[in-house]
Amino acid sequence: MTTSKASESAASSSAGATGRPRLVSARFGRRSRSASARRRRRSSSIVLLFGLLATGVLWTVLAPGGNAADTASANEAVRQGKLLYSQGCATCHGLNAQGSTEGPSLIGVGAAAVDFQVSTGRMPLAAPAAQADRKDPLYSQTQIDQLAAYIQSLGGGPEKPNLTDEDLNDADLAEGGELFLTNCAQCHQAAGAGAPLTYGKFAPSLSQATPDQVVEAMRTGPESMPVFGSGQITDEEAVAVAAYVRHLQDTPAPGGSSLGKYGPVPEGLVAIVIGLGALLGVCLWIGARQKL
Amino acid sequence: MTTASAPTPKFQKRPTPARAVNRAIDERFGTQSAIRRNFNKVFPDHWSFLIGEIALYSFVVLLLTGIYLTLFFDPSNVEVIYNGSYVPLKGVEMSRAYASTLDISFDTRAGLVFRQIHHWAALVFVASIIAHMMRVFFTGAYRKPREVNWLIGIGLLALGLVEGFAGYSLPDDLLSGTGLRIAASIAQSIPVIGTWTSFLVFNGEFPGENFIPRLYVVHILLVPGILLALIGAHMGILWHQKHTDFPGPGKTEHNVVGHRVFPVFAVKSGGFFMLTFAVLALLGGLAQINPIWTFGPYDPAKVSSASQPDWYIGFLDGSTRLMPPWEFRGLGHTIPAVLWPTAVLPGILFTLAALWPFLEAKFTGDKESHNLLQRPREAPTRTAIGAMSLSFYLVLWISGGNDIIAHTFSISLNTMTWAGRIGLIVVPPIAYVITKKLCISLNERDHEIDHHGIETGIIRQLANGEFVEDHRPKPPPVSDYPQVPTDRIPVAIGAGEGEHGKGLVRRAGAAVGGFFTEESEKPAAPGTGSHGGGGQTKH
Repeated sequence: MTTSKASESAASSSAGATGRPRLVSARFGRRSRSASARRRRRSSSIVLLFGLLATGVLWTVLAPGGNAADTASANEAVRQGKLLYSQGCATCHGLNAQGSTEGPSLIGVGAAAVDFQVSTGRMPLAAPAAQADRKDPLYSQTQIDQLAAYIQSLGGGPEKPNLTDEDLNDADLAEGGELFLTNCAQCHQAAGAGAPLTYGKFAPSLSQATPDQVVEAMRTGPESMPVFGSGQITDEEAVAVAAYVRHLQDTPAPGGSSLGKYGPVPEGLVAIVIGLGALLGVCLWIGARQKL
Repeated sequence: MTTASAPTPKFQKRPTPARAVNRAIDERFGTQSAIRRNFNKVFPDHWSFLIGEIALYSFVVLLLTGIYLTLFFDPSNVEVIYNGSYVPLKGVEMSRAYASTLDISFDTRAGLVFRQIHHWAALVFVASIIAHMMRVFFTGAYRKPREVNWLIGIGLLALGLVEGFAGYSLPDDLLSGTGLRIAASIAQSIPVIGTWTSFLVFNGEFPGENFIPRLYVVHILLVPGILLALIGAHMGILWHQKHTDFPGPGKTEHNVVGHRVFPVFAVKSGGFFMLTFAVLALLGGLAQINPIWTFGPYDPAKVSSASQPDWYIGFLDGSTRLMPPWEFRGLGHTIPAVLWPTAVLPGILFTLAALWPFLEAKFTGDKESHNLLQRPREAPTRTAIGAMSLSFYLVLWISGGNDIIAHTFSISLNTMTWAGRIGLIVVPPIAYVITKKLCISLNERDHEIDHHGIETGIIRQLANGEFVEDHRPKPPPVSDYPQVPTDRIPVAIGAGEGEHGKGLVRRAGAAVGGFFTEESEKPAAPGTGSHGGGGQTKH
């Protein structure tokens, strides 16, 4: 029973800490059901009796099996996550994720931040530098989910969006493009090729970012990136941006080789090295043919 | 024409219809002697003399593809809602200019490939102008009597930049608008007249309401017209003054050695045009250029990171990036920092380049006419100054893309900027010193070989015990093509020895030669036939 209390308190604290209007977890549903049962208990004695009976019956029929298993697995995830955390993250972020001089506090950053940082390989950090770069993730997705569950249990925060292909296909690509060009292109470049910021920091290329990671980055603001909260960009709009980024990644360049998507600089290089180079070769060839 | 004084027909055989027409034209306009004179013009053979032709043929390709694009482009600032094939922009508000460029790219047959060939040709056009200019500079071809053609060349380069930038700005995508915003700011930075200039050009505050139609006229009529006229003058002067050549066997200040225009040079040039078109078409078909759909329609609220101009404006972007933010205020005026790198610097660079032939003549005291070129090493100071200028330009040019270089090679952008600032001051003098020393050393080596021969590697011991190395004398210069010294004054006809029949070009020359040259001013020498224009002449 202690474990279920723990998960209950974790859920309530997470609900209290952040007003998440849209990303509602499965645990909210169960909690509101038991709350309505409590209200019913306060009515007349017959209703109370009936209610008790009904609650008892319902509890025996529905709750014990499923809920116990759910809670148990959720707790198991948190427990495993804590274990992974203390092995891989606690050195910098502190034993209780309170942060240290080496790393920020993780209380309240949410599962989304954990999923973004660990699934893109940025965490654990390869080396202290101006900015962490994307690399192959060190943890499996199961482990990442466990770590995320642990951090989520500490102080709540934005959760993993878990976008499906259907979500992305239904999104308004034109709106996503408008939002991308207005909000993202000034650092990530119009085609999402990435560009430098000051002193070794940079807006990374989005060529490998998954739709989930795009939304997570917007919601949590990793590195130098600002947070785009749901007050600025609604969930629907965030999905549209993710869909536009997927379009940038997947759609083949209609005009041939995309030349790194940077526009004029690689184009100029190609024009001079390949175009003029080939034509100077032609000059040499024609010039060498003296005896016609 | 001579036909009047020679009433008896020269033809033994009955003239073909083509000959008859030809003769009819000649009798009225006297075309034959001019055609013959020009077809017999001799051009020297060196691969580097063909670089200018790349520019000429790219320009022809630009005209051809440009005409196709004008059929579909709508230069209008009017806002429309896009409803074409490109889904990610459906329902987006944009100018007609941008929408019609999208339509050219996605809904016009061969529109995208024509757009891409046009753009690639523009990049190669300017690149070949600069390559040609380097050839002319480093060989001293601009010296008297060719200073005017050098000036025209500078004008062509400057107009090429203007024309390219106008084309870059027409589609009204995000890059175009960003570039124009910068151009407007540069115009405004000019003291006293800046604001007026900007308002005059944009018809009010940027971006104005009818700027694209104005730019369109500049891009498709005004500048191409001037370019065409200058190219005509450039080539007319070249034709009149005749081509320079490197010194070599049989070559003097007073002759031109090489192939006649017809047929050899004409065939080579025709083939070269085809190959230039082919390279540009390959680029246009295989490599995407200026994907305006990725940048989206221009909106002053938006800007993409790594927004760059096309490469030939890159050196000005670089100079702007390197310029410290020094703003001058006083006397009721503000001189923004952007004035120096974007208006003053190119002004100085182009003025110095234009004045160079006169500066060189003044400082060297060389007022002679030169028809023979110099190898770069033969004028160490000039070559060193050229290398210095090029390195200065290159530092600016690289700095124009310093953000992409920084990102690609994981260098701090600030480091790149400071490397550019220091490099701009340090690199050119180093380039000067190294180049000059290199030229002098090469000259010393040449001198050594001329006077002591070539080392053989054979060491012999003399009777007295002394070791000496054998040198063999430098072999006499060999020309690898027929020795055809031809007078600079147009050469007399009828020099062919009837050696047609070997090789397709010669046979073609023999076949067509007579068509153009039979009405010769001087009757052809007996036995030589009436062709005259075929093949290279051998005296």
